[in-house]
Amino acid sequence: MSQTDLAAPTQGTGWRAWLLSDTPTSRRHAKVASLYQSWLQFRGNPMAMFGLMILVALVLIAAFASFISPYDPFVQELGNRLQPPGAEGHILGTDSLGRDLLSRIIYGSRITLYIVTLVAIIAPLIGLFVGTVAGYAGGFLDVVLMRITDIFLAFPRLVLALAFVAALGAGIENAVLAISLTAWPPYARIARAETLTIRNSDYIHAVRLQGAGALRIITKHIWPLCISSLIIRVTLDMAGIILAAAGLGFLGLGAQPPSPEWGAMVSDGRKFILDHWWVATIPGLAIFIVSLAFNLLGDGLRDVLDPKESGE
Amino acid sequence: MSDPSQPNLLEVEDLWVRFPTRSGVFDAVRGISFSLGKERLGIVGESGSGKSMTGRAILRLIRKPGRVEAKRISLEGRDLMPLSEKEMRAVRGYQISMIMQDPKFSLNPVLKVGQQIMEAYQVHTKGSNAEARQKTLDMLEAVAIRDPERVFNAYPHEMSGGMGQRVMIAMMMIPDPKILIADEPTSALDVSVQTQVLDIMDKLVRERGMGLIFISHDLNLVASFCDRVLIMYGGRIVEVCDADKLHEAKHPYTRGLLNSLPQLDKPCDKLEVLKRDPAWRDEPSVSGVL
Amino acid sequence: MSGIILKDLDVWFGQGANRVDAVKNANFAVPLGESFGLVGESGSGKSTILRAITGLAETWSGTIIIDGKTLGHKRDSEFYKTVQMVFQDPYASLHPRHTVDQVLSETLSLHGFDDIENRIDKLLLDVGLGPSFRFRYPHQLSGGQRQRVAIARALAPEPRILLLDEPTSALDVSVQAEILNLLTDLRAQRGLTFLMVSHDLSVVSHMCSRMAVMQNGYIVEILSVEDMRGQNASHPYTRHLLASSLGFTSSEAAQ
Repeated sequence: MSQTDLAAPTQGTGWRAWLLSDTPTSRRHAKVASLYQSWLQFRGNPMAMFGLMILVALVLIAAFASFISPYDPFVQELGNRLQPPGAEGHILGTDSLGRDLLSRIIYGSRITLYIVTLVAIIAPLIGLFVGTVAGYAGGFLDVVLMRITDIFLAFPRLVLALAFVAALGAGIENAVLAISLTAWPPYARIARAETLTIRNSDYIHAVRLQGAGALRIITKHIWPLCISSLIIRVTLDMAGIILAAAGLGFLGLGAQPPSPEWGAMVSDGRKFILDHWWVATIPGLAIFIVSLAFNLLGDGLRDVLDPKESGE
Repeated sequence: MSDPSQPNLLEVEDLWVRFPTRSGVFDAVRGISFSLGKERLGIVGESGSGKSMTGRAILRLIRKPGRVEAKRISLEGRDLMPLSEKEMRAVRGYQISMIMQDPKFSLNPVLKVGQQIMEAYQVHTKGSNAEARQKTLDMLEAVAIRDPERVFNAYPHEMSGGMGQRVMIAMMMIPDPKILIADEPTSALDVSVQTQVLDIMDKLVRERGMGLIFISHDLNLVASFCDRVLIMYGGRIVEVCDADKLHEAKHPYTRGLLNSLPQLDKPCDKLEVLKRDPAWRDEPSVSGVL
Repeated sequence: MSGIILKDLDVWFGQGANRVDAVKNANFAVPLGESFGLVGESGSGKSTILRAITGLAETWSGTIIIDGKTLGHKRDSEFYKTVQMVFQDPYASLHPRHTVDQVLSETLSLHGFDDIENRIDKLLLDVGLGPSFRFRYPHQLSGGQRQRVAIARALAPEPRILLLDEPTSALDVSVQAEILNLLTDLRAQRGLTFLMVSHDLSVVSHMCSRMAVMQNGYIVEILSVEDMRGQNASHPYTRHLLASSLGFTSSEAAQ
């Protein structure tokens, strides 16, 4: 290829040229430059940027909840119950106990983030571990691990989560645990499939010829390649995780009252859905927006991390 | 081979293939002109020289966001540039066919080989099923397949590489195109199979009076197989010569390529290394028009 | 002193009805310092011999003696310090997410070297890449540069024997010449023993002093490069390969 054509003169100098350099001069430079180039590609996708912005806003809202929420989310004001959106002092109205909906949504973002973060860490890690070990070891271990995975896959997710929560007891922590336990099998399958192709590639053969052991090959050579497809899958699944958490909340098995968990709030508003639609709709909208944001982000990440799959 | 009194089958004038990238426009082919008579025209070059892009550009098979620009690409006097995508589809396969490097990616894995060849025939000529079937079997025989009936009912994965490439040739030849573009048709094959496949292409091209564009990186192969050769470098044609005189080529790039090949009959301690002169890129493209 | 001795080597894949015998009854010996070639078409078993020696193909029987030591089915780190391999496709043999630096420093630390920083710079110079290539990812390198990195990786443990599996078949001819010259130089400097697999007779003849011709898993003939150049092959298959490698002759013209 002709480098002369590719190197545009407009690139300029300074930090931008340093970041776009094809000839990095140190370990850190190589890492940073490669990250920056991925970021440039990600930035070129407006929908993904939109998703990312929503999520950044969500994190900021959760972090500064106590500063931005106009009321205490737990204080009841029974004289002021079921006010419609736009009512005086309550932009999004109030619920059946007269609590400010906006404040509850703002505080609820913390719970949502908490659940999502924990599940997004636990489930893929289990899946990554099980999948890569099964795929790399093969034989008996593969059969045993994959049959266990199949057993988990055989149950509908929410039903299994319900069973776990019923056994462990209601509460957010147990909901997180239950959702994680039901969410890992697909990740294990993906990780195993990736491992099977990676295992037979020449670069794995080459490192085996340096005398590297299985543990080193799995953690240093296979994991970095599996992680990108898992990240994509997790962000795309995130909507499902939020909904599962909301579903458990809705059934009264997740967050317990008076905690402002969005699913529980929808459940709460269900009794008044015909006359006071906003009580259930507003937390529902919040769930919808955050799920959508994760989906958009996942699509954008797929383009950056896994260009083969993006269909372009 | 080429007879100057006959009109050219294909004339390409000032062909560019351009790809916009983040850091400006990348030109894969930079303003080349050539013509093709009823001959075997070889295009050689290294990877990135633009030789494959040239073949694809003629059929307008450049993927987005790549663009094809040319003053003229005329097939028997008819300019292909203004044709719509739909009209181009009638040209592809019917008048100009293309054989790719790896048959595995060009055949539909879930359809029987015979069905695919029949379909290629019926899309362009509205013949009955029985007629198409007979044509297909004849064609399979013409590409030296010993048991056409068995291959007719085989799936692509049941065939070896050489067999698959012969099936591809049969499929591309059955609509009786005027021009065949073969992009590295034998480089995935073993040398002995390679000879057979070339032999078949050679025979078909001679008998049917077709024009063949043979794209390859293998100088010796092109020298022994083609009539005329275009040598490409950096998206331009640096030299045009008769194939049997390729070994007397003048341009330092062509010479460098030839000398860097290890030769069975000329032992040496060290191979000559091609020293690229940046000026080669900026030399004007040599015209390949006859 | 023999570098590589194979006696009655059989290699197969699968078992029972699915068993495929890739190499059948292979015998040859390569003295230390020699460059020996394995020629044949795809599926002839030439690469499988390399894989059996390195332990990547695990189902084999017979005797493999490397540098005086008879190999069992497990390879120890001492073996990997003696024998290294360069793979066919430089686009597939480098980890896509590891920089040149990571590849080489991991290799060096696996073999227990200290002074890794200096060794990496030296290795890169030895294969004709400057220190500026050290922190690049594979996608920032051309095919020839990648193959140079792969050669540097193979040289890192300072092996005495290098197995070369079609090291230039994925490269352009001008790059092929550079890589072959590099390998010639390295062999001269370090006194390496080469076992080189290729389908290209002219490449093997350029690099090797003797070669074994393989067909369908069997070694059909072992001959010297002079015999090959002089077309003094006795086996019809070797003659057929020789004829095919001299370029295309139309069957009609031949008649």
